Amino acid sequence: MRQMARAALLVCAAALVIGLPIAHAQPRVTLTYWQYFFESKVKLMDILIKQFEAQNPGIHVVQETFPYDSYNQKVASAVPAGQGPDVVNLFYGWLPLYVDSGYVQPLPESAFPVSQIEREFVPMVKAAKFEGKYWALPTAVRTLALFYNKDLFRKAGISQAPIAWDEFLADAQRLTERDGKGNMTAEGFGIAPDGQDHQLIREVLFRQWGAAPYSGDGRRATYNTAGGAEALRWYTDLVTKHKVATIGFFPGGNGYRDAFLAGKAAMIVDGSFAIGAIRGSAKFDWGVAQLPRRTAGGTPANFGSLWVHGLTNKAKGPQREAAIKFLKFITSPDTQRVWLQQVGEIPAGKALADDPKLATDPVYGPFIKSLPYAHATFFIDEAAQRQVLVDAINEVILNHKDPKIALDEASSREAKILGEFWAKHK
Amino acid sequence: MGARRALWAYAFLAGPLVFFLAIRILPAASALFISLHRWNIISPEKPFVGLANFREILSDRLFWKAATNTLRYLVAGIPAQLMLGLGIALLLRRIARFRGFFRTLYFIPFVTPIVAAAWVWQWMYTPTFGPLNRLFEAAGLPPQAFLRRPEQALYAIAAMVVWEYIGFQVVIFLAGLDAIPPVFYEAAGVDGANGWEVFRHITLPLLNPTLVFSVVYGSIIYLQLFTQVLNMTFGDQGGPLGSTMTVVLYVYIQGFQRFRMGPAAAATVVLFAAILAITLVQMRFFSRQVEY
Repeated sequence: MRQMARAALLVCAAALVIGLPIAHAQPRVTLTYWQYFFESKVKLMDILIKQFEAQNPGIHVVQETFPYDSYNQKVASAVPAGQGPDVVNLFYGWLPLYVDSGYVQPLPESAFPVSQIEREFVPMVKAAKFEGKYWALPTAVRTLALFYNKDLFRKAGISQAPIAWDEFLADAQRLTERDGKGNMTAEGFGIAPDGQDHQLIREVLFRQWGAAPYSGDGRRATYNTAGGAEALRWYTDLVTKHKVATIGFFPGGNGYRDAFLAGKAAMIVDGSFAIGAIRGSAKFDWGVAQLPRRTAGGTPANFGSLWVHGLTNKAKGPQREAAIKFLKFITSPDTQRVWLQQVGEIPAGKALADDPKLATDPVYGPFIKSLPYAHATFFIDEAAQRQVLVDAINEVILNHKDPKIALDEASSREAKILGEFWAKHK
Repeated sequence: MGARRALWAYAFLAGPLVFFLAIRILPAASALFISLHRWNIISPEKPFVGLANFREILSDRLFWKAATNTLRYLVAGIPAQLMLGLGIALLLRRIARFRGFFRTLYFIPFVTPIVAAAWVWQWMYTPTFGPLNRLFEAAGLPPQAFLRRPEQALYAIAAMVVWEYIGFQVVIFLAGLDAIPPVFYEAAGVDGANGWEVFRHITLPLLNPTLVFSVVYGSIIYLQLFTQVLNMTFGDQGGPLGSTMTVVLYVYIQGFQRFRMGPAAAATVVLFAAILAITLVQMRFFSRQVEY
């Protein structure tokens, strides 16, 4: 027994003498990277990190992940406490507060020239630009599109996805099913004000009905015009007048998507991030189409959103140099391509977005074609701004409030939220 | 010897006391401190702002809505919970067989995870696919929107909370009823009192300590209502139109979704004062000593 213990001790000592110097000789810098847990993203990032380390001896990258639902809180509590990572993945809507508080540093002009960023990335990357500088960059971006159930379309005798909203409404009317008592048993449109529809209204319907949602500098909500009210009326009429949709038709946070997957909603508006879930669960023939326009030849519009990688103020000296290299690597066209293949998120670079092979892809194509005209709302406080529009929709549907009055109230509530942030940026 | 034993007792009590101080009292005190500052958890500057956070929440319509809603939950929930709990306990005392079985049955909701139960209830309330509207239909009643109508949503959630706590109330009442000495009932029987008179003049007065406990305990549950509301109004938290918003949910949204800890802490302080006041009033008015 004692001999065994001695042998074990000897092995340990040998390992210390031989092993440690080797382990220590190479990596001089250790970087920490944070993102939320999404299996395909985490797996791919592990592979990318190995490639990056092979190309950059001396840099070691540690990936740490947290559950999606608590990621925001985790980052918000760790980064200000100086316990966060060197490179952090943030939702673009959170960025203003982090920039404002000095927890992320601007990307150095030498490594990431502004002109080059704007040449190489899709327009919505501007969501990460403040005071003329870029503060973070994405690997992938997301847009919205119309998912439709081709089996139900065929059954209703509809040959293609709608191009204009009038056509969308006519289709929805044909696709809505009712029982003998008039209760809706299948929705033409899986409506979801608190899903993606508030984004649809803000960046697509308002614009198509001639109301710019925000002032040019993003400081004021400007959607409370006659056009904006008409757009909101068109949307709420789907529930109250045409009865092709019921809010809360399926329970749960993603009820609209669950209804679509169950074949109980013929069309939904959802983001490219939903492709995986729909591909994995839909047991019917489905298709994706670009969002309809007001008229067949009218202006297209879309809502874009992105997760961006930023450098925290923790990265200094050699750490910072290494972090910049890593950031360049994970936002490169090569990474974007494997990201699309492995994770299924659309690339943030123009080169790939212009790739004709990708643009004609039946699933990714409609999302990619929307990139040039996708607007990423400049959110200050996404949760609160979302609530404002959700409430406006409910005021019209449940309280029969005039859409213009509902929007006047919404814009004055939003003015308060925006004002609080901009008060510090005179 | 005695002093030494007392010392040991204090030594053992000190452990939980330190824990209680660190986990309960200090955070509560820090809430008071935070409520006087502009305290965004991301922002490095946390300036002292006096009572500005209190002024802000008191002029916020949603906070008042949350406060009045919380009282509505209380006023709707407590009597329902008490009456059903007492009624079921009295019925259970009358049966000899299956009493344990029924008691278990009523107690199951209390030990069911709240989140899971909330999701099942949300599904039951779904207008088209939920079984509740099928029952309404079978009874010839018009289908209801439940959680989608601002006038109904709060009561729909209160019903779920009543369901959840009824088993607990039943067990408490059964214990309280067992503690009433049978001689009173025997004497009343000899005097020829009817069932209602027995209940009114013997059961109810002697059950008073149990009732006080139930009211105070139940009130605190309704004043702290959060999980059930959050999970039954998942996409539009506290909605529609804030009709199911509670003070605690308001605190959560301000503090942990919008990171505005100042108003969140101010609302917490107000809630603390309200719970303290309501509990003191209840203790004073309901706890009468009854002697026969």
